[in-house]
Amino acid sequence: MANNDSIPRTLLVAVTLCIVCALVVASAAVMLKPAQVINKALDRKANILAAAGLLVPGESVEEQFKQVTTKIVDLETGKFTDEIAIKGFEQAKVAKDSATSIALGDDDLAKIRRRENFAMVYLIEKDGKYDKVILPVRGYGLWSTLYGFLALENDFNTVAGLGFYDHGETPGLGGEVDNPKWKAIWPGKEIYSDGDVAIELVKGSVDSSTPHADNKVDALSGATLTSRGVSNLLRFWMGELGYKSFLSNLRSGEA
Amino acid sequence: MSTMREALSKPILQNNPIALQILGICSALAVTSSLKVTLVMCISVTLVTACSSFAVSLIRKQIPSSIRIIVQMVIIASLVIVVDQLLKAYAFAISKQLSVFVGLIITNCIVMGRAEGYAMKNPPLASFVDGIGNGLGYSVVLMSIAVVRELLGSGKLFGYEILPLITDGGWYVPNGLLLLPPSAFFLIGIFIWVLRSAKPDQVEKEEFKITKNTRSVKEAF
Repeated sequence: MANNDSIPRTLLVAVTLCIVCALVVASAAVMLKPAQVINKALDRKANILAAAGLLVPGESVEEQFKQVTTKIVDLETGKFTDEIAIKGFEQAKVAKDSATSIALGDDDLAKIRRRENFAMVYLIEKDGKYDKVILPVRGYGLWSTLYGFLALENDFNTVAGLGFYDHGETPGLGGEVDNPKWKAIWPGKEIYSDGDVAIELVKGSVDSSTPHADNKVDALSGATLTSRGVSNLLRFWMGELGYKSFLSNLRSGEA
Repeated sequence: MSTMREALSKPILQNNPIALQILGICSALAVTSSLKVTLVMCISVTLVTACSSFAVSLIRKQIPSSIRIIVQMVIIASLVIVVDQLLKAYAFAISKQLSVFVGLIITNCIVMGRAEGYAMKNPPLASFVDGIGNGLGYSVVLMSIAVVRELLGSGKLFGYEILPLITDGGWYVPNGLLLLPPSAFFLIGIFIWVLRSAKPDQVEKEEFKITKNTRSVKEAF
């Protein structure tokens, strides 16, 4: 036993163990990567459907996603574009590349620093017309960037649903953005009022007697900064730098 | 052969890691609100305990005693990462629910306790069986807590409705407390109480005894 404790021996055991363990972990990660990527993609699709309130539990997400049309929008012109292929499109990458994004500077309401020039949007068609549109949105809350989807009805003003699929807010406070009860108060709210973004989260419950009740949503209790973050990210993404021109083009049928 | 059987069956009731050794409580509180998640957690912990005990035991004669705890940690951590990757690949929904708790198996005292307490002194096969046994002991407690919590907390077992909830037009008013982590404390307490009443030899010796009062009340005042 004594020779086990000599320094060279200790180093040898430590190094060998590290190499063996690193090999095991690395090969597991590499071999399982394809399956994990598929799961991530499926999860994203399920989130898109859930935001639009279309997700039927128990049925194949892949099958249900067939009703969704994916398109790329040029946020500068607010029109669909074929400039970038849908396959392999990664919004996060596009937003980082200085050639395909703009720095926001003072207009950075959502605190995301750069805004991509192209966004991947999801449309649901019914009788040859767009019935719902699902837009990716993101913005900074208290601790983290919240990533989510906002679904709008065919007037491109009424909310059909809002859901966040990735965030690191405090569980129980800001993390309540995932609470189904809170998410259920979103459908029916209106984004714009007289052409301006009016949607916001306010303190206290909102009922029909509240002035402009259609534009107000009860904020999360105990999570002022997360609520403010959600307000800001909606104001940003629905505004001039976001999807505003795209939505008005959709309304007039010129997208 | 009998020692093997003992290593497997003893930790389930006689030497239960949670009830007797009071180890691994934190995950018992966190993941027991639904049976399905609990089952996956139990399988993961059992596998990690068994495999890490096996691996530690394999190299127990090579491990320098000065770094033995770190060596055990590295082995356990690697296995946990592998389990986490497997869950992400084949059970994505459940891995999302378990989230951080899979990673926290590393800090589960049962795993390290068995590696240090048993695997360092016993041959690989016996250590493997001991790991399975302790994993099963952990599972027995977790599963029984999860049955109570899911049944009374949300009226379901494995997601199937057993008691129709009043909110869905049934008669059962769910007990919200059972969905919150503190309820697991009460349940573990009750479990330990029942077990120790049935097997009084598990009751720990009192560390000190209050001596009888020898003075009369009048004297004391």
